[in-house]
Amino acid sequence: MATPKKTVSRRGFLRNAVKGTAAATAAACTTVVAAPPEANALQRPPKPLPPDAVGLLYDSTLCIGCKACVTACKDVNHMPPDVGPQQQAWNGGPGNPTWDTPVELSAKTLNVIKAYVHGTGATKDSAENGFAFIKRQCLHCADPSCVSVCPVSAMTKDPQSGIVSHNPDACIGCRYCVLSCPFGVPKYDYNDAFGEIKKCQLCKQRLAQNELPGCADVCPTGATLFGRSDELLKEAKRRTALKPGEYAHYPRGDIAGKVGGARSGHEKLVEATYQTHIYGEKELGGTQCLAVSAVPFDKLNLPTKVPETGYPTLSEGIQHTLYAGMIGPAVVFGGLAYLAHRNTKDHPAENQSEQ
Amino acid sequence: MASHAHAHQPPAHQPVGGRLLTLPFLVCSVLVVIAAFILAQRYGHGLGAVTNLSDGYPWGIWVAIDVVIGSAFGCAGYVMALLCYILNKGEYHPMVRPAVMASLFGYGLAGAAVLIDLGRYWHFYHLMMPWYAQPNSVMLEVGLCVATYTLVLVVEFAPAFLERFGVEGLRRKLNRVLWVFIALGVLLPTMHQSSLGTMMVIVGHKLSPLWQTQLLPVFFLLTAVLMGFAIVVWESVMASLNFRRPMETPVLRKLARLMLVVALVFVALRIVDLLVRGQLGQAFGGPQAGWFWVETVLMVGGLVLLIPKANRGRSRALFLSSSMLLAAGILYRLNVYLIGFTPSVGPWHYFPSVKEIMVTVGVFALEIALYLVFVKKLPVLHAIEDHATTSHAVQAKHG
Repeated sequence: MATPKKTVSRRGFLRNAVKGTAAATAAACTTVVAAPPEANALQRPPKPLPPDAVGLLYDSTLCIGCKACVTACKDVNHMPPDVGPQQQAWNGGPGNPTWDTPVELSAKTLNVIKAYVHGTGATKDSAENGFAFIKRQCLHCADPSCVSVCPVSAMTKDPQSGIVSHNPDACIGCRYCVLSCPFGVPKYDYNDAFGEIKKCQLCKQRLAQNELPGCADVCPTGATLFGRSDELLKEAKRRTALKPGEYAHYPRGDIAGKVGGARSGHEKLVEATYQTHIYGEKELGGTQCLAVSAVPFDKLNLPTKVPETGYPTLSEGIQHTLYAGMIGPAVVFGGLAYLAHRNTKDHPAENQSEQ
Repeated sequence: MASHAHAHQPPAHQPVGGRLLTLPFLVCSVLVVIAAFILAQRYGHGLGAVTNLSDGYPWGIWVAIDVVIGSAFGCAGYVMALLCYILNKGEYHPMVRPAVMASLFGYGLAGAAVLIDLGRYWHFYHLMMPWYAQPNSVMLEVGLCVATYTLVLVVEFAPAFLERFGVEGLRRKLNRVLWVFIALGVLLPTMHQSSLGTMMVIVGHKLSPLWQTQLLPVFFLLTAVLMGFAIVVWESVMASLNFRRPMETPVLRKLARLMLVVALVFVALRIVDLLVRGQLGQAFGGPQAGWFWVETVLMVGGLVLLIPKANRGRSRALFLSSSMLLAAGILYRLNVYLIGFTPSVGPWHYFPSVKEIMVTVGVFALEIALYLVFVKKLPVLHAIEDHATTSHAVQAKHG
């Protein structure tokens, strides 16, 4: 592709080269880049949610920041305490922490509550002079980048429940999942010679025993609610339509009351004005875990300027086009082999002994 | 690489001989030993003990420079084999063997760098096990291609060994099937060098719109070819500039023209791509726009130097131009893998630690040290009449 035609005269070469390359590149670019996504041959169709997709609905307006979910997550997943460098001075010193004080997801923390604070921080769920909480854990994408990039099938998405889980016995530690996740979820332990990738797996070991994920199990207000993703989306839509001053019922545990047994919810006066944006409904092809909030999600440090189809549709689109059935490479190899076979005969150096 | 080719002579390769323990060799050895000590720490205490990697920047210079840029340095063998055997330009023949050897080291060490960077390196062989394979993964394709290509390079370079140790029968047998490996040696880099670009498509919004495009594979293939040509020209001119050896002007003229074409295609595509995506405005005041301009000015400067035909025969112009084009290719790849990348849930910061840098330096020092040993002991470089000059040139060139 990069080699010029020998027949071009030297004089006109430059002019022709400029014209030719400009025309060719313009044509190539226009077809590839300017085509609308649905007509883009280099984009594969998005993946739908699996039939029995389950997830969590996090309601920031219900969250009181008690972090019981963080503790429960550590307990049920046997994760060590996580103390950042800023906490060590008052928290027992390096290597001897008194409290578990994670501020961000890490290889030791699969679930964390973070706080947004603005101005005086007086009013809950207010973007101005207020504060709000956000829960971070794996969103279990419909079309996860981490699964698409993993070269050794260590990251997999369950075809039924849609839970994205990780197998350290297959993992080579390339950290492409860490790099590719649009939500910054999978984490690697850089301080361990045998570090593993860690991420929330929706407590699949507990679900198998009809128990709730640790975080949803202990949440006292129902801010973290477990359920089928379609039911959670319905619930999220109900909440975002609520108006301040209305009374509303908020369920707790499993929205269907099955996993972990039926739990009583509570009636509550709606105080904050919900954003209409349901985080995870459309982001990157949708996620099984959703969030609703009164404070815009970009203020809660979630990526909001993202497309409505997952990035794997683009990268896999390129690969599936170029390498469909390996026909392209096979044809190219045939041509190259023919030329190489013919031409090596012309090169005496390959056929005569030297020295 | 420093191909002292005399296109009109009958081709014959010779070891250049001379002492092994020269100053450049010793300096490189010391750098390799330092890197080895750091790596002992890395394997004993984890990546965090020696690197500034984080979950925001899980890939640092060990990936971006050692693997992504290092393998582009290894594209000399790719482009020379393409010219010589596929496009049947016999005049490049004396340049092929040194280029293949340079590629062998480039790729071999890129592979070694992967093992340094992998967090669970003891599982690396899972990449080759079909039951672990995940065919949607661009990295799987890159990994398999690079591993296969390294083996292909070993076979392509094997005649030099076989000549040296007089295994004539095997050499003849190998020569009969060498065309298969030559074809693979052109196909595989075309595949994985473009896929190195595709690898960053999936990071989406985290890569600045100045670089994020579906054309990443095209740009990576173009920089691979460009850097392949540029490194051949650079090394050749370097040797003749410093040691007043006759330049291989006719061949270099042609290579210069090829560099010009590839650079022109790259710049034209780059601008059209930005225009079509409506992101050209990002170049004016957008984040990381400065790096875009450094990259573009280097590329345009390098190609403008080659437009006057007379310059393509001038050693200084060629040296300057190939240096600028190499730097442009390096910076383009660095921009895509590190500089243009912003983690999504931040803030995160990354600048390589001294130890990280010393490991990268050690990898490249090992490459140079191996090069010195190989050209002295194996028939790699094209033979010239004055044996002492070659030996001197090769030793001092790396000083």
